[in-house]
Amino acid sequence: MKKDRIFWGTVAPLAAVVSSLLLVSVILILRGANPINIFQVMISYGFDPRNLVSELNQTVSYYLAGVAAAIGFKMLLFNIGIDGQYRMGAFFGAVVGAAVSLPPVLHVLLIVITAMLAGGLWAAIAGYLKVKRGVSEVISNIMLNFIAAAIIAFLLGENLLGILPEGSQNVQTKQIPLSGQMPTFKIFNGEIYSFVFVAIFVGIAYWIMLNKTVFGFNLRATGLSFRAARSSGVNAPGMIFITTVLSGAIAGLVGLGTLLSDTHSYSMAFPSGFAFTGLSLALLGRNHPIGIFFAAFLWSFLERAAPVLEYEGVPPEIVIVMQGTIVLSIVIAYEVVARINLSQQQRAVGKANVELVKESK
Amino acid sequence: MIAGLFFVLSLVENLTGATDISSPGTSGATLRFAIPLLMAGLGGLWAERAGVINIGLEGMMIVGTWTAAWFGYLHGPLMGFVAAAIFGLASGFFHAILTVKIGIDQAVSGLAINLIAAGGARYLSGVFFPPVGGDRTVSPPVDSFPTFTVPVIAPLLEKIDAQNIFFISNLAGVLDGLVKDVSLVTIALLLLVPLTSWILWRSKFGLRMRFSGENPMAAESLGINVYRIRYIAISISGMLASLGGAYLSLVASSVYREGQTAGRGFIGLATVIFGNWKPGGVFAGSILFGFTDALRVRQSESVMSLIMVAGIVALVLSIFYSINRRWKPGLISGVLALLALWIHQRVDVIPQEFVTVFPNFATLIVLTFLAQRLTPPAAAGMPYRRGSE
Amino acid sequence: MGNILEVVGVEKKYPGVIANRDVSLQVREGSIHAIIGENGAGKSTLMKTLYGLIRPDAGTITVFGQNVSLKSPQDAIALGIGMVHQHFKLADNATVLENVILGGEPSRFGFVIKYDEARKKLLEIAKTYHLDIDPDESVANLGVGERQRVEIAKVLFRGAKILILDEPTAVLVPQEVTELFENLRDLVDKGLTVLFISHKLDEVLSIADDITIMRQGTTVATKKPAETNKKELAELMVGGELPKPIAGVQNISQKSILSIKDASYSRHDGREILHHLNLELHGGEILGLAGVEGNGQSELIELIMGLLPATTGSVEVLGLDASTTHTKDIRNAGVAYIPQDRQRDGLLMTAPLWENRILGHQFATPMANGMWVNKAAAAEDSKRVVEEFDVRTPGVNVLASALSGGNQQKFIVGRELSGDPKLIVAAQPTRGVDVGAQAIIWDHLMKARSAGAGVLLISADLEELFSLSDRIAVIYSGSIVSILNPQKTTPEDLGLAMTGAKSA
Repeated sequence: MKKDRIFWGTVAPLAAVVSSLLLVSVILILRGANPINIFQVMISYGFDPRNLVSELNQTVSYYLAGVAAAIGFKMLLFNIGIDGQYRMGAFFGAVVGAAVSLPPVLHVLLIVITAMLAGGLWAAIAGYLKVKRGVSEVISNIMLNFIAAAIIAFLLGENLLGILPEGSQNVQTKQIPLSGQMPTFKIFNGEIYSFVFVAIFVGIAYWIMLNKTVFGFNLRATGLSFRAARSSGVNAPGMIFITTVLSGAIAGLVGLGTLLSDTHSYSMAFPSGFAFTGLSLALLGRNHPIGIFFAAFLWSFLERAAPVLEYEGVPPEIVIVMQGTIVLSIVIAYEVVARINLSQQQRAVGKANVELVKESK
Repeated sequence: MIAGLFFVLSLVENLTGATDISSPGTSGATLRFAIPLLMAGLGGLWAERAGVINIGLEGMMIVGTWTAAWFGYLHGPLMGFVAAAIFGLASGFFHAILTVKIGIDQAVSGLAINLIAAGGARYLSGVFFPPVGGDRTVSPPVDSFPTFTVPVIAPLLEKIDAQNIFFISNLAGVLDGLVKDVSLVTIALLLLVPLTSWILWRSKFGLRMRFSGENPMAAESLGINVYRIRYIAISISGMLASLGGAYLSLVASSVYREGQTAGRGFIGLATVIFGNWKPGGVFAGSILFGFTDALRVRQSESVMSLIMVAGIVALVLSIFYSINRRWKPGLISGVLALLALWIHQRVDVIPQEFVTVFPNFATLIVLTFLAQRLTPPAAAGMPYRRGSE
Repeated sequence: MGNILEVVGVEKKYPGVIANRDVSLQVREGSIHAIIGENGAGKSTLMKTLYGLIRPDAGTITVFGQNVSLKSPQDAIALGIGMVHQHFKLADNATVLENVILGGEPSRFGFVIKYDEARKKLLEIAKTYHLDIDPDESVANLGVGERQRVEIAKVLFRGAKILILDEPTAVLVPQEVTELFENLRDLVDKGLTVLFISHKLDEVLSIADDITIMRQGTTVATKKPAETNKKELAELMVGGELPKPIAGVQNISQKSILSIKDASYSRHDGREILHHLNLELHGGEILGLAGVEGNGQSELIELIMGLLPATTGSVEVLGLDASTTHTKDIRNAGVAYIPQDRQRDGLLMTAPLWENRILGHQFATPMANGMWVNKAAAAEDSKRVVEEFDVRTPGVNVLASALSGGNQQKFIVGRELSGDPKLIVAAQPTRGVDVGAQAIIWDHLMKARSAGAGVLLISADLEELFSLSDRIAVIYSGSIVSILNPQKTTPEDLGLAMTGAKSA
């Protein structure tokens, strides 16, 4: 029943986080540090208003990556190509945004649409290969990630689309004019990207799409049972392709928070690793828009609070170990829970269901 | 065919004066760049032949770079390799437990391993390196392995190379690079290629492993324990990737450096595809990709000459196909020949980035156009549970 | 020649069903012994018992005069019993030799395979038994008949003296069947014994030395071909009496709901599954489709639903060309589909019941309004279905997997029959369903017929077919070989048609 689902839905992620905390505590104790103390320090630092804001800004990007990954997961697609798709989106969004001048809202809209198009088209390559050639989307996306980085690095070369502003080491695209910028607004003594509203909107749209629309129904059905979906009239290969593109389009938005409210141009300093992060968050958040939010915030919090560990004599990289073990625990936890569930069901079904044996010759 | 290729290469080199391609420097560098790719590729091969796609190769390589550097620093390079092998085996075994026993999706497990390996390496670097002269991202330097140069042959080859005789000198140049300053490790690792081949096609374990990847149900019906085979194969996969990482930090350089693997684990997967899941193919793929990697630091004329060579080859192919009335391939190679010519004339320098990403691009092309011809193990990547039918 | 294999009083029960009951079998050494029966007769259970895959609840099995207890296929192989499965277990990307020796490789130091020795042994076997196989050929290049020979070689390589073949001719074309029978004769001439499971009377009469008939889980009789004929066998297979049809209102309209003309379907590996099939269904009638499973029923259903395109010929459903129309449009036109494999094709097991109500109907009202799913309507209608069809469930939010198989089936039938469909494709609609629910489902099907719908009823349950159908078409080897009148059909007619023998 519904209550059951909520219970099982949160138990696994919680168990994962707790077991990861335990593991890290062990590591800390071995180093002679006091885990309780460490966690206290991290929490007080992480929830300090100034840091909270930058965490929230980071959450915006991570959240979008998580939603992009989740869309794929619902169809049993592993979109490891988020890295390349995000770069394509941010880069072309920046380039197009800097190349035109439009009234403010339209300008921003253009950038957003360009970013989604770029990400979606890049993902379409992998989608096409999967549907038409049966190529694993994991392999093709991995290759495409590298290729995207190379193409963008090339285009950023000084004679092409990149410029080297004075006093900066980073080649970047031309600045987007004011009309293409999104404001920040003050909260907790910090500046939060207004793109956060877009992220919220994407989360809501994702949930609505998945649960309220026929398209979402078909998407989930294909992920739950390819054959049943096919028998019910869903065009399964088409679904695979569209989902891949959709996931790529959302991935294209990942870098826009920073782009529109902060840097206003794209440079090689834009971080990488969104694919791994996005996939981890979707797993941790169980592909649920709220779950992904908490996961994204947790991730941002951990990363932001990490440096403070140095003052306590603990290498900050332990946070990465935490993240890795959380992902692992979560995945193991789900599998175990699924097995328990399955055997429960099997027993129930088996008792009443073995009339099926009549069919054996 | 290789001879013919080489002939064209020599021709072009003499004509354009770009002699760097068949120089000992290039071939030596090619080998150095190729070995890690080869090891990652063999790692991917062992896993996929048994039915499991190992996305965690990159992480396992990182394990290798780190443990080799650290234990190499503490106890010498040989122990470094041993340590890398052991830890690699363990990480492979871990992947096996996750995918075979617990039944987690193979890609997810690989992802988790990559994360943990990367994080773990960074963390442990921060813990161990600073006190002994390294810093958070670089290990203290490690003694290198002794290298040797084949006594009589190497100087002889050098002399022939210096003579600049067409074709012979070029050949001598290439061979010279392969016999000078060669590390014993390189040779040992190269031997793993024929060893893998032998195991896969001549041994009992190899036959059963191949069937685990082609049709695990069939193997099961004949009493074979597919689970056990996959455990072994994936562990070895981890070990091989790790050894590749060890090579990176101990032979190709003498330190562990963060980010050293630079995606080579994934290129390893690419060589498996490129090599059509055969050890010889993986070797060829890693040589090719190692070659393009080596080119990055060579003169740009070399790259241009290569384009020229490729163009000539494409032209020859085009003529050949047309004579045999196979119009479509003939047309395609003709267009490629023209493209090569155009690039050669109009472009001065091939951008660095494109050369770096050539392996990825080539793999994508192979996947797109040659997917029908490839013969991956039929059950690779598919979930398998004992007794299910 | 004594009996190499004797089975006495074997029984196998599962909860709710008796798969084998008082089964007795005497197989003479050096003979080809056929076991025939139709769906559900218990042949497969018996074979699995003989091969060690199933342990019987009672009874004895005697092999070579010794009482044996088989705990696994390995035990069976050790005794010299080899099974050639209906679905081959071969790896394409390997040679014949590799496929044959897997698991039983001759080796040096337990590690290195002695390929030369293995090859020699295989060639000897091939020569002795006239099996035309090339050890170094890649299996990918082999046709179906050749692959079967490799499977036979596999069991011979392990020293099998008794070969069990499970429906071996199901996948073969006539030419290959002839070759197979020659091979079997060769095997038997050399002293081996063959157990041959089939439902094809013509073949069985031509090749077997002894024929045992199974029906409803037990062995009914054993005959020699010379002492019997098709009619007798057919009658033994099907039983003495056939169920009486339920009198229903006959209101057959002129409108053709389903019109299949000369349709053939070939798989992409070239095998033709359906051959020039003709079938007509009008509104207001229930057309039963009888036939042993594996004769093309599944493909025919998929053709009708637009899931597969016909290779040649035409399939017209409610005026639409099924080969070029999307499945969803076919459904929207008023076609209901109760699939044979309810858990794989009919339900989203890990989704709640109300979402399963939407499945198959998500492209039209009332389950959807344009692009929006109408959850309220789905929930409400699910409740209606649950009530009308007596689905035992605590509620409509329960996951489908929590329901018993029978209740899942009831729900699916209820779902598909809603919305007044014009064509109902019902495959095994009451499989796994208790008698009471079966009556409810039958009632609804007949009501649909009275309302003018056409029902294509594919069933292995003869009672169901005869009770409900206005006409019964019999499918065999991908064609419709006969259309019978349930009121006037004898068991022989049915049995003969189902087993491919032309009526005597």
